[in-house]
Amino acid sequence: MERRYDVLIAGGGVVGCAIARELSRYRVRTALLDRERDVGLGTSCRNSGVLHSGINYTPGTLRARLAVEGNRRMHALCRDLRVKCRTIGKLTVAQDEEDTATLARLLEQGIANGVPGLRIIGQEEMRRLQPGVEGIRALHSPSSGIVSPYALTVALAENAVTNGVHVHLGQEVLEIRPRLPEDGGGFVVRTAAGDRFIALVVVNAAGVFADRIAALAGIPGFRIYPCRGEYYVLDRRFDGVLRTLVYPAPRPHHPGLGIHLTPTVDGNILIGPSAEYVEDPGDLACTAAILRKLQEKGRGLLPDLAGADFIRSFAGIRAKQSPPEEGGTRDYIIEDHKDVKGFINLVGIESPGLTASPAIAVMVAEMVGHHLPLEEKETFVSCREGRREFFCELAPEEKAALVAEDPDYGEVVCRCEGITRREVLDALANPLGARTLVSLKYRARVTMGRCQGGFCLPRIVRILRDEFGYDPEDYFLRGDSSPLFVGKVREDAVLRTSVFAEGVRP
Amino acid sequence: MKCEIRGVVVIGGGPAGLAAALSAVEAGCRDVLLLERDIRLGGILNQCIHDGFGLHAFGEALSGPEYAARYIDRVRTHDIEVRTGSMVLSLSRDRVLEVSSRNGYGTIRADAVVLAMGCRERTREALSIPGARPSGIYTAGAAQNLMNLENILPGRRAVILGSGDIGLIMARRMVLEGASVEGVYEVLPYASGLPRNLRQCLDDYGIPLHLSTTVTEVLGKGRLEGVVVSRVDESRSPIPGTEREVPCDVLLLSVGLIPENELARGCGISLDFRTGGAVVDETFMTDVPGVFACGNALHVHDLVDWVSVEASEAGREAADWAVAFRRGREPEVPVSLPVKAGEGVRYVLPGRLRGGRDAVLSLRVLAPGRDRDVILRVEGRDVLRRTFPRVHPAEMLRLAVPGSDLPPGGVVEVVSS
Repeated sequence: MERRYDVLIAGGGVVGCAIARELSRYRVRTALLDRERDVGLGTSCRNSGVLHSGINYTPGTLRARLAVEGNRRMHALCRDLRVKCRTIGKLTVAQDEEDTATLARLLEQGIANGVPGLRIIGQEEMRRLQPGVEGIRALHSPSSGIVSPYALTVALAENAVTNGVHVHLGQEVLEIRPRLPEDGGGFVVRTAAGDRFIALVVVNAAGVFADRIAALAGIPGFRIYPCRGEYYVLDRRFDGVLRTLVYPAPRPHHPGLGIHLTPTVDGNILIGPSAEYVEDPGDLACTAAILRKLQEKGRGLLPDLAGADFIRSFAGIRAKQSPPEEGGTRDYIIEDHKDVKGFINLVGIESPGLTASPAIAVMVAEMVGHHLPLEEKETFVSCREGRREFFCELAPEEKAALVAEDPDYGEVVCRCEGITRREVLDALANPLGARTLVSLKYRARVTMGRCQGGFCLPRIVRILRDEFGYDPEDYFLRGDSSPLFVGKVREDAVLRTSVFAEGVRP
Repeated sequence: MKCEIRGVVVIGGGPAGLAAALSAVEAGCRDVLLLERDIRLGGILNQCIHDGFGLHAFGEALSGPEYAARYIDRVRTHDIEVRTGSMVLSLSRDRVLEVSSRNGYGTIRADAVVLAMGCRERTREALSIPGARPSGIYTAGAAQNLMNLENILPGRRAVILGSGDIGLIMARRMVLEGASVEGVYEVLPYASGLPRNLRQCLDDYGIPLHLSTTVTEVLGKGRLEGVVVSRVDESRSPIPGTEREVPCDVLLLSVGLIPENELARGCGISLDFRTGGAVVDETFMTDVPGVFACGNALHVHDLVDWVSVEASEAGREAADWAVAFRRGREPEVPVSLPVKAGEGVRYVLPGRLRGGRDAVLSLRVLAPGRDRDVILRVEGRDVLRRTFPRVHPAEMLRLAVPGSDLPPGGVVEVVSS
């Protein structure tokens, strides 16, 4: 296959998807490539889901500017895209005088960065905001919040597709070759699937693989040092325990912000992340030592925790430019490359990349505008249809009305999270055509509860079989290398009909 | 939104719910409603195509579906309303249930409720096995469902972690379908499953059981490629240097069952941290009046036969309560006092005793042993002593205690010596 576009985005994480969605406002033919079978399966689905205020970044840096601007843009964006986002504020807590000095520095820095509403508060106010929090004082940043990182990434991509962007999945970029001006300029991009894409502008939004993509385009000298963060997810029975974000005062040269508890928009609590440099950017393994440490930390912060409350662990990779011996973080690189014309290079977009993504998208669109005329489309649809809440979060009367209208809402597929057949079917009908188990998980929360799919997996298997004619070999967890099953038990077995749709007989 | 008013509402149409509904109607409640979330009755029995069910209840070895059918056939001939495809989403202290089905979403106010939701399987995360997240890791029960109901083979080369009964059954099942089973690994120094399953599922098929050994790492990024197993010491910690790689493409987990109690938790019923089920008295009533619990939602049983026996009791008590309630008087709940699990006992049921009425104590011991006495001690006095030639944590002990032995009130302790 050979396809021609104006702009090609390499990488379907939250940054790539935000850029795609931003460009979909304009009369520009845009395509996004991702190596996986869905968008958002790298760092974008493996992080704390925090909307940062911008206090932690050196004034004048891109990180500082884009975090503050991204935070400001996020609410309207999430409202339009039907993504859960809650401004719950954050306490950065000091335990001693050294930490207090850090808070004073953060306050000053935050004010310089334009972060609204910052205040140093005492114990009493601190505990009113979050009962039980230990410390001598705290910096309160009211604009901090939480957002669903995978829901946002998926929503950006789906909205981009609605507005004409092409998303090509399972396309790992192998070669980026500039074309001669007499051939029309731009680039030829070849993928592992054997396809060719021609575009005038190429955007490198490859996250942990950004150094490789830059090198393919003939830009040497970048190196990403993958830095792994491990997390635990806690049972939703602790929903509501955390009313605000609570972070320890940051320590110098630490590659992250320290292990802490983070509530999610869906009612879980995350413990993490650790920070450990690894060799392989694809090394998403959790380790015994760190899991043990996270458990201890969790039990220290929530004494009521039982073993069964740790319902899941996962790891994500920070795309760091700073090597282990340097520690800390370096500023983002977002450049309209001066030598490789038409190559927009994004390197080292680590935290707060999720927060900054809407602002990065605007910045990159401006850069694209230097190469192509950006004419706004009247047909741009900024909002997605539907609700941001799941069925189970609605009031009883609303639920009753929905079930009366559509019986598929009455059939619960995922017992732990209360997800209905209608929500699963809607997720499967996504415009990207992503139908792996993980795609379904990030769109409809199935398998994310305390039983981790024990109940819903067979039901999802039936839905895919009944609705899409899946054979056992057609089911995948994530990508092509993760088939769920190996085949049939008996070739000649006749399966009973399992759909409820025929009506329930008592 | 309309609210139905009903007599005894049984939540769950598995073996416990079926028996409870039957006994409730037989005890004289004329308004029994059985709610089942699946499209058919029978619960987990439907996927248990092996035999061995009903040896105590019917004196013959039945398959799971056959055992369920004995009860389902009776339910059909009794005046019991059955609603399948109906999921109860919440329960309140005044016994109002939110129920969702394809036919509608509504509420039901019940005179009495029987919780019979069964249990769920403990997952990989409860064990925190390090490694990546490849495909090919399933709980044994989910794999059983996929194989027996969906005709799906989860893998061709299996490792089973945990020697619970479902794991043993699944080890044999995989072999019968042409897969190889590399071994069953158990962290404890003894097997968790029933002795008869060890013989019939492992020994008869030459499947090795590795005790005091556990999976310490999962290998593979896309699909599972193998596991690392390690020997463990007395404190169940892996012994460095004993790691061994075992290639496999599927890992089945049979590492414990957890009573399903989100509904109970939601309405504030006290739960026993040992059993994971509700704290009940000898009438199977929880500390929310009119709400009863039985079956694997109450505590995980070794044999379905005992589930049926226990659930029948619970159903009868629920019917008595509902009949009294319908006559316009909320029955009074007599005072009850806690029953403690003493030395050598993992848990004992009921968790509270009113005393003065016949009761059955169900308990599990902490460790295997021979010639053990189970003693009931009330205020320092032994009121009952029974000797068991052998005891095993895999097997539930049941002791019928006449009401004359149980004084009203008083603290009862159970000690295995």
